Amino acid sequence: MEFAELWPPIRLTLELASITTVILLIIGTPIAWWLARSEASWKEVVAAIVAVPLVLPPTVLGFYLLIALGPDGPGGWVAGLWGGRSLAFTFEGLVIGSVFYSMPFVIQPIRNAFEAFGERPLEVAATLRASPWQAFWTVAVPLARPGFITGAVLGFAHTVGEFGVILMIGGNIPGETKVLSITIYDYVETLQWAEAHLLAGSMLVFAFAVILSMMMLDKRLGRPGP
Amino acid sequence: MNSGKPLIDAAFAGRRGDFSLDVAFEAPMQGITALFGPSGSGKTTILRCMAGLDRMAGHLKIGSETWQDDTAGLFHRTHQRPIGYVFQEASLFPHLSVRKNLTYGARRAKPDDNALAFDDVVGLLDVGHLLNRNPGTLSGGERQRIAVGRALLSQPRLLLMDEPLSALDRQTKDELLPYFETLHRELTLPILYVSHDIAEVSQLADRMVVLAGGRKLAEGSLVDILERLDLQPATGRFEAGVVLTATVTAQDETYNLTRLDHQGQTFSIPVVDLQIGEEVRLRVRARDVALSTERPTAMSIRNVFAGTVVEIREESGTAFAETLVDIGGGRLRARITREAAVDLSLQAGKPVFALVKSISFDRRSLGQKPT
Repeated sequence: MEFAELWPPIRLTLELASITTVILLIIGTPIAWWLARSEASWKEVVAAIVAVPLVLPPTVLGFYLLIALGPDGPGGWVAGLWGGRSLAFTFEGLVIGSVFYSMPFVIQPIRNAFEAFGERPLEVAATLRASPWQAFWTVAVPLARPGFITGAVLGFAHTVGEFGVILMIGGNIPGETKVLSITIYDYVETLQWAEAHLLAGSMLVFAFAVILSMMMLDKRLGRPGP
Repeated sequence: MNSGKPLIDAAFAGRRGDFSLDVAFEAPMQGITALFGPSGSGKTTILRCMAGLDRMAGHLKIGSETWQDDTAGLFHRTHQRPIGYVFQEASLFPHLSVRKNLTYGARRAKPDDNALAFDDVVGLLDVGHLLNRNPGTLSGGERQRIAVGRALLSQPRLLLMDEPLSALDRQTKDELLPYFETLHRELTLPILYVSHDIAEVSQLADRMVVLAGGRKLAEGSLVDILERLDLQPATGRFEAGVVLTATVTAQDETYNLTRLDHQGQTFSIPVVDLQIGEEVRLRVRARDVALSTERPTAMSIRNVFAGTVVEIREESGTAFAETLVDIGGGRLRARITREAAVDLSLQAGKPVFALVKSISFDRRSLGQKPT
């Protein structure tokens, strides 16, 4: 068994999940804030669009993403900016696909956390001269921290476990798009049980360790400092 | 009101569902003005409009500053108004320590010559021992004191208090009221105080704006408003009464009584810890006052005042008649039965004796002299 052979897909998966989680926290937070605070009647339409990947078969999402990322879609146009032909079957394409696929898992917990504390803390902050922007950073974000942690963990873990979408838009290019879940699938296909066991077992331990450490971290941070 | 002095000048009108509000009032730039009324009278809405938390058509001027003027399209948002706001629930930030709660607004405050120092506010509210605690571990009264301190340390020009005691039990209220009286005495800051509790208002306020159903029924000095029998439906029956200004003249150690003078009339009340010469407000509830047409003798009631009936209002459909009696300077309200009013042939101008049992007074009957 070659360990060197196992490492690239693990690294690729961790990179993909990390980048996806960071991007989702950046674009998901304002969307979650808007969904929690807006009184627009059509906000539930936006909420439904965000939630669609929860119920859509990954192959369907992957199919549309493949078209969008391909040479004739917007992805092809973007790739053209640096001389590429398409974003499909590239790492960048995987990131874009993962962002869509994991979006509800990040946005929903953050939205719930923003809704949970209600208007009052923000009103208090405003009466204490905090501008909406300052109130957001000094009150809303700290109060919603459990939601951010949950969202980040779920978004990361969900991206790590992604299979159908990646198969559709990424294929199986070693070092570029061959992530863990696909590697395990390959090992099983080729009856390399030992390797499959090793990777699957590692993922199990990893997933457990991430969740446990996040929970413990949240409990520690739960107490305000002096 | 005096037109030359700086004023708080507020007017708001608007609708929220079934509720409509249309109120204009003035308040001085000092002392406590109570917005008083039953729930649904619009008092909290007015306070929220003053803070900029809600918006209704109208205007708001604080002395020389204008915070809202719809004719000029001017509206300062909440964080642009130098206010302090104390909510019914303390609403401390759970993620910050007590100290950081206190200094949250202070960081952005624009200090001026009258700036309140951290140590002074902490001392005034007696919260020094709580600074490193977590808000979740505080009692209700402690939390509310921190909320008041937090508001004060943002260096407000106007303190808005929305029923700050109503979520607390009787004992905690009694523990907090003296702190509010201290604020009243020590600070020059004008305070708008929303309450539906006439006892609390009688103890704290200098002026009152009486509200019902989104309209203003009356505004004026506390003493004047409390003497108005026509406001009975709004001010309530059980706790209705007047306040008088009185001076402590003696402490009787034999009988444990405190003697107070009100314009030549002496009140004897169960002993309270006050200095001789101290001026206080004394609240006398209408239901604690009885009337007699002759000076009674051989009687346990210690407080007997000669006076004249000023006004009498029978409440049709009830057993009660509300009377206002001038006792030479101040006025007392007496709540008697309609039958007694007929038996004694009470009418305006008739000389009477007002009787008040000493034991009807307690610490809650006393407050700071109204300004």
